[in-house]
Amino acid sequence: MEQSEQDVVAKAEQNAAKEPLIRQPAAPVGTGNVIFDVRDMAVWYGSFKAVTDVTLPIYENEITAFIGSSGSGKSTVLRAFNRMNDLVPGARVDGEMYYRGANLYGSGVSPIAVRRRIGMVFQKPNPFPKSIYDNVAYGPRINGERNKKKLDEIVEQSLRAAALWDEVKNRLKMSGLSLSGGQAQRLCIARTIAVEPDVVLMDEPASALDPISTGAIEDLMKDLKSKYTIVIVTHNMQQATRVSDRTAFFYVLTDAKSDTRTGVLVEYGSTKQIFEDPRDSRTQAYVTGRMG
Amino acid sequence: MSTVVKADSAVPAESAHPLARRRPLGDRAFALLALAAGLLVLVILILIVISTSQQASSWFSTEGWGIFAYNWNPGANQFGVLAFIYGTAVTAVIAVVIAVPVSIGIALLLTEVVPRRWARPIVYVVDLLAVVPSVVWGLWGILVFAPWANHIYGSIASGVNGIWVLGFLFGGNNISGASFFTAGLILAFMITPIVTSLSREVVATTPSIDKQGAYALGATRWEMIRGVVWPHSQGGVVGAVLLGLGRAMGETIAVALVIGSNPVITSHLFSPGYNMPAGIANLFGESSGVFRAALMGMGVLLFAFTIIINVIARGVVARSARRARGA
Amino acid sequence: MAVTSQPQAEPQKADLREPPSWRRTKNQIMTVLMVVAFALTMIPLGFVLVTVIAKGASVISWSFLTSSIPPNVLPANVGGMGPAIAGTLVITALATVIAVPLGILGAIYINEYGGKGILARVIGFMSDVMTGVPSIIMGLFIFTLWTLHFQYSGLGGAFALACLMLPIVIRSSEEMLKLVPDSLRQGAYALGATKARVTMTVVLPAALGGIVSGALLAVARAAGETAPLLFTIGIVTSVNWNVFSGANTSLPSQIFLNASQPYTGAQARGWGAALTLIVIAFIFMISARLVTARYARYSS
Repeated sequence: MEQSEQDVVAKAEQNAAKEPLIRQPAAPVGTGNVIFDVRDMAVWYGSFKAVTDVTLPIYENEITAFIGSSGSGKSTVLRAFNRMNDLVPGARVDGEMYYRGANLYGSGVSPIAVRRRIGMVFQKPNPFPKSIYDNVAYGPRINGERNKKKLDEIVEQSLRAAALWDEVKNRLKMSGLSLSGGQAQRLCIARTIAVEPDVVLMDEPASALDPISTGAIEDLMKDLKSKYTIVIVTHNMQQATRVSDRTAFFYVLTDAKSDTRTGVLVEYGSTKQIFEDPRDSRTQAYVTGRMG
Repeated sequence: MSTVVKADSAVPAESAHPLARRRPLGDRAFALLALAAGLLVLVILILIVISTSQQASSWFSTEGWGIFAYNWNPGANQFGVLAFIYGTAVTAVIAVVIAVPVSIGIALLLTEVVPRRWARPIVYVVDLLAVVPSVVWGLWGILVFAPWANHIYGSIASGVNGIWVLGFLFGGNNISGASFFTAGLILAFMITPIVTSLSREVVATTPSIDKQGAYALGATRWEMIRGVVWPHSQGGVVGAVLLGLGRAMGETIAVALVIGSNPVITSHLFSPGYNMPAGIANLFGESSGVFRAALMGMGVLLFAFTIIINVIARGVVARSARRARGA
Repeated sequence: MAVTSQPQAEPQKADLREPPSWRRTKNQIMTVLMVVAFALTMIPLGFVLVTVIAKGASVISWSFLTSSIPPNVLPANVGGMGPAIAGTLVITALATVIAVPLGILGAIYINEYGGKGILARVIGFMSDVMTGVPSIIMGLFIFTLWTLHFQYSGLGGAFALACLMLPIVIRSSEEMLKLVPDSLRQGAYALGATKARVTMTVVLPAALGGIVSGALLAVARAAGETAPLLFTIGIVTSVNWNVFSGANTSLPSQIFLNASQPYTGAQARGWGAALTLIVIAFIFMISARLVTARYARYSS
C-alpha cells in the first residue's frame, strides 16, 4: 500500500474509534416484507466469538449481498440462517433470528424443516456422485415424492429454472460429476430449488468459476429473484453492485489485548447507497478498494 | 512416494572425499541387498506355486478332472474334493453375510455418528477381536459354543423342518454344534476387525462438502449417508468385503476344530461339514502317497482361489481410492 | 433468548416443527442399528475372554508354566505347558530375527530405491496379496522345501512363520517410511551422504518408532499362529531349547491338540495355554500402541 492509502486507512481506524461501533439502520431500511429479522446476533465456536452485533432485516424477493474481507463473519452469518453451523461441534448462536415470525433457534424447531425452506448453494460446486436426474430428484425423494411422472416434472422445471435444461435434457442419466464448473453449479442450484424453498442462500457461488459462467450465474440470480429471496456472500464488489438490491458490509475487529479477531456488521443499506455514499469510513475504505 | 534423487547425483563430482569418484561399493551393495529383500516376496510366491504343485502332481495325474468330483473316500482311493470346495465357499459366504452389515454399521457409527473422543476406545474394542488367536477361537468354539449351539440348532431345525427356505437352510436330520454354520459364525468374528477398519478408511474420505450439500437440502443423517456417503464409498467397501472373504476362505485352525469334519455337500447349514484348509490341517498327519498329494493339491487350489480374490480386492480398493482422490 | 415483539410481517408464523415422523423414525432406527452392530461385536469378545480367563486362571501356576507336558489322560493339576511356552518363545524369536530385517529392507527398496518403477509397484502389490495367503499354505510350502529334507525342527517352523510375517512387516514399514518428510533426505544428501547412509542414518531412525510398532504387531500375530507349525515342528512333551534340530512344540500347537481331547485334564491345560497365549499377544499389542504413542515421530 502507498503512503497516502495507509493514511486513509489509519484515519478510518481513528474515526472508527470515535464513532459508535455499530451502525444500526435508523429505521427499517426497506418497505417490503421482512423474511428474516435478526437482532443482536452473535456466533460462537466454543470460546471463540466469530461474529457479533448483527442486526438486519432481510426483505422478500430481493437479493441481499454480504461483503467484507475474509474473517469478517459473512459466511458464518449466512450459515446461521439455515442452521448449518449446527454441524460444527461447539457452535452457538446468541441473539434472535426470526424467519417469517418464527424463532429459527427456538425449542422444538427442526433444522431439517428449516433447511427445506432455506436452501444453500456452496462456493465449490458439489454435485453428488449420481446421475444428473438423481441429483435434482434427491431432495424431492427424501421428502417422500415417489411418483415417477411428478419427479420428471420437478426435475425438468428445476433444470429449466436453473437455465440448464437445454444443455442436459438428453443426458439426464449421465453422472453429475461429468459437468463443467459452471454447469455443475447450475445443477446445484437446480437441486436446491427442486425442493421449492422460500429462500436461497449462496456462499460465494461464482468465485470458483470462470467469468462467462459467472455471468450466467448472475443472470440466473436475477431471474430467480422474482420467486425466491436470495442472500449471497461475495468478495467480488462488482458482482454485488451488479446483482444485489441491498448490501451489508462486515468488518474484522481485532482485539489487540487478547489477539482475537471478531467479525461485526458495520453498515447495511441499499446497494446504491453503500457503494455511492457509504456512511461509515470503514465501509468507504473497503468499497473504494483501499482495504481488504 | 520417495524422492527421485539418485545416490549418484547426490554425490557431487568433486565431493568432500577426494577418492569418491564413482558410487562407493558399500552403497551399491546396500542397494542390491534391499532389492534382493524385495524380490524375496516374488521368489517365495513363485516357489510356493512350484513346490506345492509338484507335490500334488501325482494327485492331478491319477484323478485328472476327477479332482473336482464329489467322492472323497481315501480308503477306496477316491480323492475328489468337491465337498471341501463347497465347504470353503459356504463357510466364507456365511462369514461375509454376518460380518459385512455389522462391520459397515460400525464403520458408519465411527465416522458419522460418534464424537471424536469416543472413536478411539470403540476402535480399540473392535481391534481386540483381532488379538484373539485363531486357535483360541477354535478352543472356545468346540468346547463351549458347540455344545450349547447343539441345543439351539436342534430346536431351530425341528421348528423349521418343512417350511420352504428356512427348512432348506436350517432343517435336516444331521444337526451338530460343530457345523458349517458355527464355522461361518466364528469366521465372521475373526474377519470383522479387518473389514471394519478398511471400510472405515474408505468412508472417512467422503468429501465434507458433499455431505454439507445433502444436509443443506434438509436431509436427515441417514438420508445423507444413503445419498452421499454410500455412493462415494461403495467401491472401496466392496474391496474390503472381498478381502474379508479371502481371509475367511483361508482361516484354518478355528474352522478345523468346529466344522465337524464331515465331507458332505448339503444345504443344511447346521450339518457337520468340511472345508479345504480344515481338511488339510486335520488329515495331513495320517496321509501318504496320493492321499497326501491330494491334500497338497487342495493347498494349491486354496492358494489359487485366495490369490485371485485378493488380487481382485486390491484392484477394486486401489481403483476406488484413485477415483476418490481425483473426483 | 427472550421472545420480543414480532416485526411487521404477515400474521401467520412459519411452521418449523419436526419433519414427518417416518423420516425421523427411520433415522433413529438406523442409528440404533449402528450401535447394535458395535454391541454385537462385544458379545463374542466378552464371552471368549471371560471363558478363557475363568477356565485358564484356575490352572495357571508357576509349576504350570514350567512343567513338562503330561499324557493327556492325567488331570489338570499335573504337569504344565512349559515346553510349549519355551517353543513359542524361541521359534517366534527366530522368525522375528529372520523376517523383520528382511521386511524392513524390502520396504526400503520399495520406498527409497524403487521410485515409480514397475518393479517396486509389483513388489508392493504382491506383498499386499501375500498378506492374504492362508497361513497353512506357508506351512505346506516349508514342509515341502525344508522339512522333507531336514526333518522336524524349530527352524522349519520359524521359516514358515517368517514367510507369514514378511509381507506384514514390509507393508507396515513402507507406510512408516513414506511418512518421513523428504526435506530430511534432502538435508542429508546436501551434506554429501550416500543413499545408503541417508537411509540408514536419517530415514530409518526417523521412522523407527512406527516400524517397531508394526513389527510388534506382526510378532503378536505370528505367536498365535498354528497352521504354519503343524507340518514343520512336529510335537514334543519336554522342552527343546535347540531350535535348529529336533521336533518342538508351541502354545498354539498344544491348544490345537488338547482342544480335540476328551480328557478334562488335557482340556484344562488347553485353557491354561490359551490364557497364556492371549496374555502374550495382548502384551505385544499394548507394547505396539505404547511405542506408537511415545516414539513414532510421524504418524498418519
